Amino acid sequence: MLEVALRHRFGGAGSWRAPRQDGFALEAGFTGPARGVTALFGPSGCGKSTILAAVAGLLRPAEGRVALDGTALLDTARGIALPPERRRCGVVFQDARLFPHLSVETNLRYGLRRAPAGAGGPGFGEVVALLGIGPLLARRPGTLSGGERQRVALGRALLSRPRLLLMDEPLAALDHARRAEVLPFLARLRTAAQVPILYVTHAIEEMDALADHLVLLDHGRVLAEGPAEALSTRTDLPLAARRDAGALLPCRIEAHDAERGLTRVGFAGGVLLVPLREEPPGTPARVRLRARDVAVATEAPRGLSTQNVLPAVLAGIEPAPHPQEVFLRLALGPSLLLSRVTRDSAGRLGLRPGMPLWAVIKAVTFDHALAAPEGRGEATPPRGGAGA
Amino acid sequence: MTVWLGPEEWQAVQLSLAVSLRSVAVSLVPAVLVAWLLARGRFPGRMLLDALVHLPLVVPPVVVGWALLMLFGVQGPIGGPLHDWFGLRLVFTTEGAALATAVMSFPLIVRAVRLGIEHVDPGLEAAARTLGAGPVDRFVTVTLPLMSPGILAGAVTAFAAGLGEFGAVITFASNIPGETQTLPLAIYSAAQTPGGEAMAARLALISFALAIAGLLLAELIARRMHRLLGRA
Repeated sequence: MLEVALRHRFGGAGSWRAPRQDGFALEAGFTGPARGVTALFGPSGCGKSTILAAVAGLLRPAEGRVALDGTALLDTARGIALPPERRRCGVVFQDARLFPHLSVETNLRYGLRRAPAGAGGPGFGEVVALLGIGPLLARRPGTLSGGERQRVALGRALLSRPRLLLMDEPLAALDHARRAEVLPFLARLRTAAQVPILYVTHAIEEMDALADHLVLLDHGRVLAEGPAEALSTRTDLPLAARRDAGALLPCRIEAHDAERGLTRVGFAGGVLLVPLREEPPGTPARVRLRARDVAVATEAPRGLSTQNVLPAVLAGIEPAPHPQEVFLRLALGPSLLLSRVTRDSAGRLGLRPGMPLWAVIKAVTFDHALAAPEGRGEATPPRGGAGA
Repeated sequence: MTVWLGPEEWQAVQLSLAVSLRSVAVSLVPAVLVAWLLARGRFPGRMLLDALVHLPLVVPPVVVGWALLMLFGVQGPIGGPLHDWFGLRLVFTTEGAALATAVMSFPLIVRAVRLGIEHVDPGLEAAARTLGAGPVDRFVTVTLPLMSPGILAGAVTAFAAGLGEFGAVITFASNIPGETQTLPLAIYSAAQTPGGEAMAARLALISFALAIAGLLLAELIARRMHRLLGRA
């Protein structure tokens, strides 16, 4: 378990040469689970990278405590501040930071050679296979593509046998295609790493793909924290104001129907049909059902091209960021969906909590990366995409 | 070359190489240290140190030689004890010529090394820290290799420039053939001597060749290092 509580102020304390005008204050605390990914999510400048630097020990906050499984890495009250080299936090930086004068293999072994003798973790060959970087071992970082560089950086951090992996927007410096190339490897690493991961991002795709536990930040403060799925249906958070606001649903690939070109995806409360997927049946996945892609009908609709029309119960009506719109909370068994409709429609249909409805789901955004193959070490990453 | 050059001239060439080599050997480590302080250090008096280091570049070399004479003369505050306790005399010796040359080329090395240090991304050192490398470890495995192009460039430039040091050497170490008469001093003496024009010309030509070779070497090393470090 990772416990973080920090208080830090930039500005005022700036040097006389360059006093900071913004007076940015950070006051944040959260607890991450012992396994899985804790995502720090928020806009640029919300303090998420500062928190990560403080956990790594690369920044000394004015006050705070960082503890991993009960052991303090930092505790200003007790005068504890381990230097970064003794924290055993593997960091993946946005800009990879591979050592340019060393080969890929020597880079990978840099942390491994310095890890404590007793520290366990995946071996060199295992990590190389997991990240598909075998062919790169003899090369210099300068000759690698951005995506390759980031994969090597992931491997280097993982091989340092860390107790905690810290990732500071590892995909932010990559273009869209490279990001799609690296994301599946991240998802694999997430499964392979037996340590908690603290992941900083402002990209919702990465959050969807990786986050188990979500910490929402704004202006140096924690707005909310909790399981990613639970926070995705909260309409009082900035998440709801996004175009891609909507429910995250854990699900499982159930069966493929090659003839119809469809895959059945089951979730608690129903089944979704999506265009044919490549993952074998049984693969866990996660989908995002965007509120703008979910419409409702009071009677069973007929003659619709939409594949997914599911019975639901209207659990509540909540204000949406746009004054002319409302969010409908739809209960499908134990699962909760959000639908965004105009205030006028809600009135016209006479919607009120408790009403049985039909949820018309126009699109299913697949979080492809979670659907990592069980067998590790394949050179080709699973391909992803969006379904309708 | 010995056939073409007279024994005296050959001696001047050898002496120049020896003096310059010694000067680089003496000043390299302190220069790296000072460059480090100037590039990374945050302490009061940093600008003063910076100015002090650069003095030999702007002060007339004769003045540097004179200052050395004052400090390191057998009666001087440093030269006195050196002479009395260790029997070491710097004035009018090869060692003295090397010291004068070292002081003169010191700012050249510092500048090149500092440039090399400023090329080292502190982010890489931070990355090494998170991978478990302590201060000495990361200096040896990350910082030093990455700043080595600057160190080498500084050393080669200082060596090439040291071959031609004149004012400080002649003032501090005098112009003694076989002892302190380096190439430029020999050229000067030859030019002053009636009938010495041919000798001066030959020595000047050698000076020229050595300088060109030094610069080419520096360039070659720089290119090779950059390739090794994976820079374009």
